[in-house]
Amino acid sequence: MNDALLKEFQALVGQENVMESEADRFSYAYDAAVLQSVMPGLVVRPQTREDLGKLVKLCNDNGLPITVRGSGTNLSGGTIPSRGGVVILTNALNKILEINEADLYAVVEPGVITAKFAAEVAARGLFYPPDPGSQAVSTLGGNVAENAGGLRGLKYGVTKDYVMGVDFFDVDGEIVKSGSRTVKCVTGLNLAGLMVGSEGTLGVFEKLILKLTPPPLAAKAMMAIFDDVNKACETVAAIIAAKIVPATLEFMDNFTIRTVEDFAHAGLPVDAKALLLIEVDGHPGQVADEAEKVEAICKQLGAVRIQVAKDAEERNKVWEARRAALSALARVSPTTVLEDATVPRSKIPAMMQALEAIAGKYKLTIGTFGHAGDGNLHPTILTDRRNKEEWHRVESAIDEIFDVALGLGGTLSGEHGIGLAKSKYLEKETSRATILYSRRLKKALDPKGILNPGKIIGE
Amino acid sequence: MAEMKELLRLLGELDDQLVSCMRCGMCQAVCPIYGQTGREGDVARGKIALLEGLAHEMVKDPEGVQDKVTRCLLCGSCAANCPSGVKALDIFIKARVILTGYLGLSSVKKAIFRGMLVKPKLFNNLLGLASMFQGLFTSPVNNVIGSSCSRFLEPVLGDRHLMLLAKTPLHKEVPSLDTPAGKSGLKVAFFPGCMADKIFPRVGHAVLKVLAHHGVGVFLPENQACCGIPALSSGDRQSYEKLVKANLEIFAKGKFDALVTPCATCTSTMKKIWPMMAEGMSPSDQEAIRELSAKVVDVNAFVVDRLGLTPPAPKAGGVSVTVHDPCHLKKSLGVSVQPRTILRMNPAYNVVEMNASDACCGCGGSFTLQHAEISAKIGQQKRDNIVGSHAQVVATGCPACMMQISDMLSRSGDQIAVRHPMEIYAESL
Repeated sequence: MNDALLKEFQALVGQENVMESEADRFSYAYDAAVLQSVMPGLVVRPQTREDLGKLVKLCNDNGLPITVRGSGTNLSGGTIPSRGGVVILTNALNKILEINEADLYAVVEPGVITAKFAAEVAARGLFYPPDPGSQAVSTLGGNVAENAGGLRGLKYGVTKDYVMGVDFFDVDGEIVKSGSRTVKCVTGLNLAGLMVGSEGTLGVFEKLILKLTPPPLAAKAMMAIFDDVNKACETVAAIIAAKIVPATLEFMDNFTIRTVEDFAHAGLPVDAKALLLIEVDGHPGQVADEAEKVEAICKQLGAVRIQVAKDAEERNKVWEARRAALSALARVSPTTVLEDATVPRSKIPAMMQALEAIAGKYKLTIGTFGHAGDGNLHPTILTDRRNKEEWHRVESAIDEIFDVALGLGGTLSGEHGIGLAKSKYLEKETSRATILYSRRLKKALDPKGILNPGKIIGE
Repeated sequence: MAEMKELLRLLGELDDQLVSCMRCGMCQAVCPIYGQTGREGDVARGKIALLEGLAHEMVKDPEGVQDKVTRCLLCGSCAANCPSGVKALDIFIKARVILTGYLGLSSVKKAIFRGMLVKPKLFNNLLGLASMFQGLFTSPVNNVIGSSCSRFLEPVLGDRHLMLLAKTPLHKEVPSLDTPAGKSGLKVAFFPGCMADKIFPRVGHAVLKVLAHHGVGVFLPENQACCGIPALSSGDRQSYEKLVKANLEIFAKGKFDALVTPCATCTSTMKKIWPMMAEGMSPSDQEAIRELSAKVVDVNAFVVDRLGLTPPAPKAGGVSVTVHDPCHLKKSLGVSVQPRTILRMNPAYNVVEMNASDACCGCGGSFTLQHAEISAKIGQQKRDNIVGSHAQVVATGCPACMMQISDMLSRSGDQIAVRHPMEIYAESL
C-alpha cells in the first residue's frame, strides 16, 4: 500500500480505524475454515455506513480487492482475503435501527451480533428464529452473506427466509435498494434474494430488513435411543410422513455419543448406535398432541428407550448434550474439519453408510451429528493438519463425501457456504453454464473484480 | 537480544497447544478487551494465530506480536468459554516469558522486579517509607471508599483515584504467628499477599479474626515474598522463580492443613500457575510446588467448605451488598458460591446480585497502568452494573479488583463502599 493511498484511507475513516501493522493485518488473514492464511494489505473499520460506501468507492477507484468481514466465523474461507487488498470490518456498524412490533420486521446494520439481536427481539415478545452455531459472535451481515442455517431450519427455515430487504453499495459506492418493509413486494428484480448467500461477491451490505414472528408458546423436548442407525433414520422419515414438523430433529452417531459422554458426563447411553433429539413447539395443545404422536412413532420404529423432558431443566439437559457435540469432538484431536454436505432426508441412511465406508477406506476418525430433520449432517473429521500424509487422506475423503452426497441428489453445502473451500466442486453439482452465467453476472456488476474475488465461482 | 532460531524453537514447544485452537472465534463473545476495541488482535483467537504465525515465520515482527500478547487482562474468560478447551491462559503466560526472553525486559521493570520485588525486606522498607510521604502528594477524594487522587503524580497515574498504602501494613502489626489448631482441629498457613498486607491490612486482620473465632491455628511466617505473578506476566521468569523459591522455603518451615489467601490472584497463581511453570525448576522444587499448591485454597472457600458454615435466615432491611466475582476466583478456580455464603453469615447484610457479576473489572495487574484507557472503559461497565444493583456495598474476594473498583466508583463520585467478604463476616463476630 503506497503512502498517498494509505493517507486517503486514514483521512476517510480516521487514523485509529486503519490498521496497517503486520501483526494487525495477520489477525485478519484467516477465518474458521481450515485453510491457508493470506494477509490483507490493509484493514479498515468504518464507524458509519456513509464511510462504508466511500470506502467501497475508494477501493474500486484504485482496483483494490475488498473482503468484508463481520466476526470471521464462517467455515468456508469466505473472509480470507485470498488476493490481498483491503479487509473492511463491519463490527463497528452494530446498531439495531428499528424493531417494528406492529409490522413484524427489524432494520439493522450489518455488524449487529446475531444473539444480541435475537435477545433484543425476544425482549419485545417476538422471535427471530435463525440460530447458527456461531450466533453468540456471528454478525447478521455475515449470516445473510452466507445464508446461515441452524438447528431450527427444519420448521422455521434459514436466514434467507427472514430477509425482507437488503440495501447495499455497488462498486461505485452508490446505494442500491431492494425489498421492502411489507410482507408482499414484487417491485423490481429480487435483488435482496441475489444478495443472500452471495458471500460479499456482488455488493456490500448497508442495512438489512429482517422478518420477525411471534414466538411459539410451548415446547417439548425428548431423546430417543436406537440400537440401529437405520431405525433412527426411518423414524425421522416417519415423523415427517405423519405431517409433524418438529422445530428441531437432531441426530448423533455412536462415536459422537461416546465422545460427548466422555466429555460432559450427561448420562448418555454409550452403547446406543444413534440418538435422536427432538423438540416440537407451538400452541400448548398442539405440542402435547404432537409430542405424544412422536413418542409413539419412535416406539413403533424400534427406539430402545425414550426420555421425554418433564420440565425446563430436563429440556435443557437434552440440548446440553447436543450443544456439547462439537466441543467434545473438537477436543479429541488438534484439527477438526466440520463438513456440511446435505442430502434429501430420505437418503440419510445411505449417507450414513457411505460415511462409515469412507472413514474405513481412508483410516480416519469421523464423528457424525447434525440436523437429521433437514438432511444436513455434519460429518466431523478428527485429524491433525500437521500430519501431511494423514491430511492428504482427509482431502481425499472430503472429495468422496461430496461425490456421494451429490450422487444421492444432495448438495455440497447445507449452511456453511462455498467460499474458497468448496469452489472447485461447484461445477460438479451445477453445470459449466451455471458457472459461466454467474461469472458474467459478476463481471457486469463488478468489472474490476474487487468484491471478494475468488469466492464461490473461482476466478 | 537472543537468537531468532531459539525464539522459533521455544515457540515450537507451544505448537501442540496452539494447534488446538480451531479458529471458531467464540472467544469474541467473552473477551473484555475485544468488547471495547472490536479488534481481532485483542482476542484469544487473534493472539494464538499471531503466535503460530511467528512460530512458522509467517509473521516476522516479534515486537508487534508481543504488543498484542500483552494487551490482555489474563482474566481467563476465553479459556473458560473455549469450545475446544484451548488453554489460552497457559499459552499467553508462556508466550510472554518466551518473548521477553527474546526481546529483553524493560529497564523500569528490571529495576522494579529484580531490584526490589525479589527482596521482600527491602520491598517492605521502601514501601513503608513511601507510605509516610504519600500524603504530601495526594489528597482524599471520597470518604466512603477511602480513595485519594494526586495532581503531582498525574503524569504517571493519570486521573485515577488511588487507594493509598496503609499507614501500618499488616506485617508491622502482626509480624508472625504460629498458633496451634483450636476447636476446628485445623491449622492454616496464611499468605496475605502484597496488597492485603500493604494497602488493605484491614482484610488481613479480618481473616485472622475469623480464623481465631473458628479455632483455626495460624502459621504466618515473616518475610513472605510476592506470589510472582507481576514478574511472570511481564515475562520475567528469573524474578518469578526467585519469588516462588523464597516462598517455598518460608512455608516449608511450618506444618499446616491448608494455605489460605484473601487474594484471588495469589490463590490462582499459587494453585494453577506454579505447577504449570514448574518445569525447568529443580526436582526438589517441583516436588515442593506440587505439595504446597495442593494445599492452596481461597480463604472464602476454606471457611465455608472446611469449617461447614450455615448462614442464618436473612433479615429484611439490612445493608445491601452486591458481589463482584473476580476472574481468578470464578473462572480460574470455580469459587463463586462461597463468598456469597460468607456474606450471608452476617445477618446485618442482604446480598443483591448485579448484572454480569463475573465480568472482568478491567484491572489485570499492570494492564491497568499500561492500557489505562481500555482498562477504565471496562471498569466503567463494572461500575455501571454495581450502581445498577442499588447496593450500598460491593464485596469482592480480590484486593486488586477492590483497588480497580474503588478507582472506578470514586471517579464517578459514588458513595458505595468496597469491601472483602471476610471483612463483612468479621464485623459480625
